Amino acid sequence: MATITAEQSDLEKKGIDLNRWDSPWLNPKFVIGAFMILLVVLIEIIGPVFWDVSMANTASAPLNLPPVWAEVTPGFGFGQPDLAHPLGTESNGRDMLALLIAATPRSLRVGLIAAGIGMTVGIILGFTAGFLGGWVDNLIRILSDAFITIPALAVLIVISAFVRQITIENMALLLALFAWPGPTRLIRAQVLSMREHGYVRMARLSGASSLDIMFKEMMPNLLPYLAASFTGNVSINILAATSLEALGLGPTRVPTLGMTIFYAIRAAAILRGMWWWWGFPILMLTVIFVGLFLMTVGLDEIANPRLRGAQAQ
Amino acid sequence: MGGLTREYLLKRVGMFLLTVWLGTTLIFIIPRLAPGDPISAMVSRMSAQAGRVENSDQIIEAWRARFGLDAPAHIQYLRYLRNVLTFDLGYSLAFFPTEVGEMIRRSLPWTLGLLGLATSISFVAGNAVGALLAWRRTPGLARALLPLALTFTAIPPFMLGILLLYLLAFGLDWLPFAGAYERGVTPGVNLAFILSVIKHGTLPSLAIVVTTMGFWALGMRGMMITTDGEDYMILAQAKGLRPGRIFWLYGVRNSILPQVTALALSLGSIAGGTVIVEYIFTYPGMGYLLYQGIINTDYALIQGIVFMLIVGVAIAVLILDLLYPLIDPRISYQKG
Amino acid sequence: MIETQDAARRVQLDATTTQRPNNQDNVVLQVRDLRVHYSTPSGDVIAVNGITFDVYQGELIGLVGESGCGKTTAAMALLRLVQPPGRILDGQVVINGTDLLSLNEQELRQVRWRELALIPQGAMNSLNPVMRIKNQIADGIETHEGKQPPAALKERILKLLTMVGLPGRVYNMYPHELSGGMKQRVCIAMAIALNPSLIIADEPTSALDVIVQRIVAQTLLDVKKRLGVSMILIGHDMGLLAQLVDRIAVMYAGNIVEIAPVKEIFAEPLHPYTQLLIASIPSVKERKPLVITGGLTHDLRNPPPGCIFQLRCPYVMDICRQVTPPLRELRPNHYVACHLYEQE
Repeated sequence: MATITAEQSDLEKKGIDLNRWDSPWLNPKFVIGAFMILLVVLIEIIGPVFWDVSMANTASAPLNLPPVWAEVTPGFGFGQPDLAHPLGTESNGRDMLALLIAATPRSLRVGLIAAGIGMTVGIILGFTAGFLGGWVDNLIRILSDAFITIPALAVLIVISAFVRQITIENMALLLALFAWPGPTRLIRAQVLSMREHGYVRMARLSGASSLDIMFKEMMPNLLPYLAASFTGNVSINILAATSLEALGLGPTRVPTLGMTIFYAIRAAAILRGMWWWWGFPILMLTVIFVGLFLMTVGLDEIANPRLRGAQAQ
Repeated sequence: MGGLTREYLLKRVGMFLLTVWLGTTLIFIIPRLAPGDPISAMVSRMSAQAGRVENSDQIIEAWRARFGLDAPAHIQYLRYLRNVLTFDLGYSLAFFPTEVGEMIRRSLPWTLGLLGLATSISFVAGNAVGALLAWRRTPGLARALLPLALTFTAIPPFMLGILLLYLLAFGLDWLPFAGAYERGVTPGVNLAFILSVIKHGTLPSLAIVVTTMGFWALGMRGMMITTDGEDYMILAQAKGLRPGRIFWLYGVRNSILPQVTALALSLGSIAGGTVIVEYIFTYPGMGYLLYQGIINTDYALIQGIVFMLIVGVAIAVLILDLLYPLIDPRISYQKG
Repeated sequence: MIETQDAARRVQLDATTTQRPNNQDNVVLQVRDLRVHYSTPSGDVIAVNGITFDVYQGELIGLVGESGCGKTTAAMALLRLVQPPGRILDGQVVINGTDLLSLNEQELRQVRWRELALIPQGAMNSLNPVMRIKNQIADGIETHEGKQPPAALKERILKLLTMVGLPGRVYNMYPHELSGGMKQRVCIAMAIALNPSLIIADEPTSALDVIVQRIVAQTLLDVKKRLGVSMILIGHDMGLLAQLVDRIAVMYAGNIVEIAPVKEIFAEPLHPYTQLLIASIPSVKERKPLVITGGLTHDLRNPPPGCIFQLRCPYVMDICRQVTPPLRELRPNHYVACHLYEQE
């Protein structure tokens, strides 16, 4: 597939399309994704300064106002758009903009906590399994495979249904229950393949302790994989949390994006044409998911240089 | 039978049993760890309402018998295991005296259909797209569209479902927005029914396919690129084999193997996604049934459905595992 | 076990390999000024710097040089299998009258394997893991000769396997069920299937242990004797190569510095690099001091003007630093590129 005629090779300037910048970390996908997430974080930090976030509570505003630019469809019983509520309000009297500013950080937080715990457990178990081998490795591998096969969301639904009041932190802990098998598997596989590499053997021969080998030799090479796994994990956990909330199993005392969607569906907002109620949370979530996705794909490419450059030829 | 050895078979079945046991134990233990034992609370609540709810004493009796609340914990557990393994899932609390098993049986075909169809299309189409994207003969235009199309993968199925619902069902009124078939149509093998089913199933399937396809495409493209660097590809070219043959028998045939493994690993999350999609579309599968269980705090129903989901996914994974040696001749010679 | 006994019986060097090539006037392959570059962020690496040589019908020519000298790249270039970031810049590769570098893809595909075959380096990974051996041999045949009647095809494949000393049961096996030496011999069987004019064998014995090396080497000789096929054997072990080939071409940093019949090159190595190579071959008979070459290897992106070997040559002169010595036929059939002999 890489055949070239003599004429073609004269015309080509380079064999591959190279990044203009030399550093592999400046992968465009990664950068764009990180930028998107940064944007979201910025909104939640700066937002409360400019906007009254208490309007995210019920009965803070007139009901059912469409966003400022929207046309009011008569007959649906909406109020007139009001500049004081540029993104509209929903039928419990919450201001959408305030809601977004207040609720988004929770989604990010739950994902970060759950993924953080998952990664930590994953690193510990993955390295243990990779280094010790034997029955320890078998046990960890079998357990993580079993956990992956179990439909996480279903089990989480059962658990959440039984536990009536749940906080964001507890939800993150629950999600962590299923967040660890993925990283464990990944790290274990990487450790196993790296163990055979020359430089690890050299370190062993020169008497380095296992911990030394782990942190000084392996970790640097693992970093892009770990980072890709982490961002992917954050995304998965935010999705799981949002799914649970969309079913009504989330925290009821504080606003979250998922619960907003739940209330919207319960109030038949889709059929009533109140697109702004579920639309803006979805938009926010989309930005988060796409941003994390780009970061993950970008980090994947950084970790595996073969994936850069457009095609296989 | 190809590379299928008895040892491999035993290992896979063992894994299946372990997974099912682990899942069922989890849904037994963890709810009971929650403070304020909701079951007794439920029971006492129902006792308080005894006067106003029909059949309440029967329900309470069923509860007591079912959960054996006076018995010590491990007895409860064993009783639970025995019930569940004989598929005795008990009575629904909200729709007493309907049996949970009966309700599941009614909704199972819909979920199987939706999940099975959507996953198959997504897997086949996604891998095909991914393979073509890695082939240099694919026109550059198609390849340029790749990043755009793949960002759909980032969006969860249910969110796309909501969008589709709003745009196509509510806004444009092209497709129905709820149910599996129209109310007036009689179920059975007749054209009206089949058409109605297809119409109603389109949006949910679309939501799942569009959002999961990209994952397969990305993976397959990566695998094809990796495979392309292998030595046997170089020799295949040196032999002057036709590009089509190299693409299929040397490229795709080798790249598809890890994709099948990935499929087995992702079935758990695909099942979860389908649950939410059914809820969004009010599609009468197990997902929607689960939602009804939630809003009615019908614990028996919830537990029963989740158990079925665990078993269902475990069976599907087992089947994939058993099929794997048929496509990879190396596999039974390696561990597990 | 049977295989080793066979090999032991045939351990004698074949007398014909030390003579002149059978038909010197019949040229199978003509390579003229072949250039291959690799693109890197900091400039082109010159992997093959304009090599020129001929291969005659029925001869085995060895291409020898240290790691990184460009011999594998040259071999890949002959087949037009150079992978990006490498690219063929210039040159001619004429086999039986056709310039391979001027063909379009379809024509190239037809010429491949029929005229010019490859025995790859590292047969460990060169066989498709999910295809049976029979199918991998068959697809080469059927691609070029069309669909074959099954019985005849099977018989043909079995004969090929026998010719390389493999048992018939290999026919149905998968690559992972074979040992390294067996896989290498399958590759040889595949290469001879269409009776090509020229086979390029890239380090055919490098990844194998000594006994299996012998078997594979003997198989190659057998094949050459029976089919009269020409071969380019690429390697870095001059001692091993010397036992197999008729002529040797020595390569250094992308240039061919000497070509001569094998006996002559050992009796009288002309180029200083060849002399160093031969001096470094361990001898069973005598204890030789370790020869360490002084000087530096040059940056492959920026070769010095003049002779490519100047930085390591013990006899370097001023002219070597300015003028590149051409590859000249100094003695009959003995070519060398060195200023030491330019005055003659």
